[in-house]
Amino acid sequence: MNGPHDMGGFTGFGPVAPERNEPLFHEPWEARAMALSVAMGATGTWNIDMSRHARERREATDYWQASYYDKWIYGLDRLLVECGLVTAEELATGKSAGPAKPLKRKLTADILQAVLAKGAPADRPATGRPRFRVGDTVRARNITPSGHTRLPRYARGHAGVIVIDHGTHVLPDSNAHGKGENPERLYTVRFTAAELWGTNNTDTVNIDLWESYLEPRA
Amino acid sequence: MPHDGHDHDHEGSELSPMALRVRALESLLVEKGYVDPAALDALIDTYQTKIGPRNGARVVARAWSDPAFAKWLEDDATAAIASLGYTGRQGEHMVALFNTPQVHNVVVCTLCSCYPWPVLGLPPVWYKSMPYRSRVVVDPRGVLAEFGLSISGDVEVRVWDSTAEVRYLVIPMRPEGTDGWSEEQLAEVVSRDSMIGTGLAEKAA
Repeated sequence: MNGPHDMGGFTGFGPVAPERNEPLFHEPWEARAMALSVAMGATGTWNIDMSRHARERREATDYWQASYYDKWIYGLDRLLVECGLVTAEELATGKSAGPAKPLKRKLTADILQAVLAKGAPADRPATGRPRFRVGDTVRARNITPSGHTRLPRYARGHAGVIVIDHGTHVLPDSNAHGKGENPERLYTVRFTAAELWGTNNTDTVNIDLWESYLEPRA
Repeated sequence: MPHDGHDHDHEGSELSPMALRVRALESLLVEKGYVDPAALDALIDTYQTKIGPRNGARVVARAWSDPAFAKWLEDDATAAIASLGYTGRQGEHMVALFNTPQVHNVVVCTLCSCYPWPVLGLPPVWYKSMPYRSRVVVDPRGVLAEFGLSISGDVEVRVWDSTAEVRYLVIPMRPEGTDGWSEEQLAEVVSRDSMIGTGLAEKAA
């Protein structure tokens, strides 16, 4: 989807405003929002791609105005309801009105450090021979998927060179919709700023792109 | 137990709408049995006290001190970083980007906020902000200037957009005048921003 999250290349948001000695959380609720999101993610009810897709389906003007952890809470609320863990009414009242749904797992304090240290690797065994090699020139397909994708709009249709082969990784376009991991080869593709933006310098942008996002340069 | 610092006598009306909403959500999820409040407290404590940019600074200091480690970091950053004890969530697949006199690396996630948590902790607000995400790919030199960083025109600015589960750590150049420094001393000059690419590692003036 061409959602509000896909913002590379836009210039209308003003300057970056780094904050000196920034606190880790600006409000106590932000810390709770982070912890709730991570803890619910660890239950395995949804995957990270579903989680990203829940946030990016927000109304564009709301997405652009919301603070970061507001985006997380929006996504968490949405997944909780879509996955049937709570109802919209329960969210509104903050009170349970029915039985809980069984979870695959629950993040408890005793297993927390082990769960964080293990993470959730996205690499998978190779499914075939890679179509491209480091050094190949490729073109990012000019496509407009209706669902989740990690091919940014600013790269579509542009040619670049493969600089890293990362092996085989879970494909977000499929995984975000519960259609399986469908792992594919993942590459870093280097695009010149001249190719992407028509600028006149030696700068480059390097983007991680799955094999099905790419075609040999015609 | 109270979870959001409101253990004194605040009325609900003094809380912001988001604070009220998150408090209600937590209460609901605890009532349902989906979350363990002790795990939430421990999660927050972990990112406040254990997992942050000092981890990444130790990786950089080791790379500056030990050429074999630097080579390992270049060949297999995930394993090299794991050897220092930093693994897991949002750092499962690491790549180290070495700055050189010819190349300055800078990292972004234009599509969300991907960031190498085990070595840098949780990202700062600016990294997740619309201005940074949208502009650093199209105007990296302009964005770096907003951090007070001017990169010479003959140096390539190499932007990395973290669109997958690969996480990038910039290894800044070692500052002049640090010969013979211990790893502990070296780690002190490695700022968080220098490992994102919006800063340099610099000796205190």
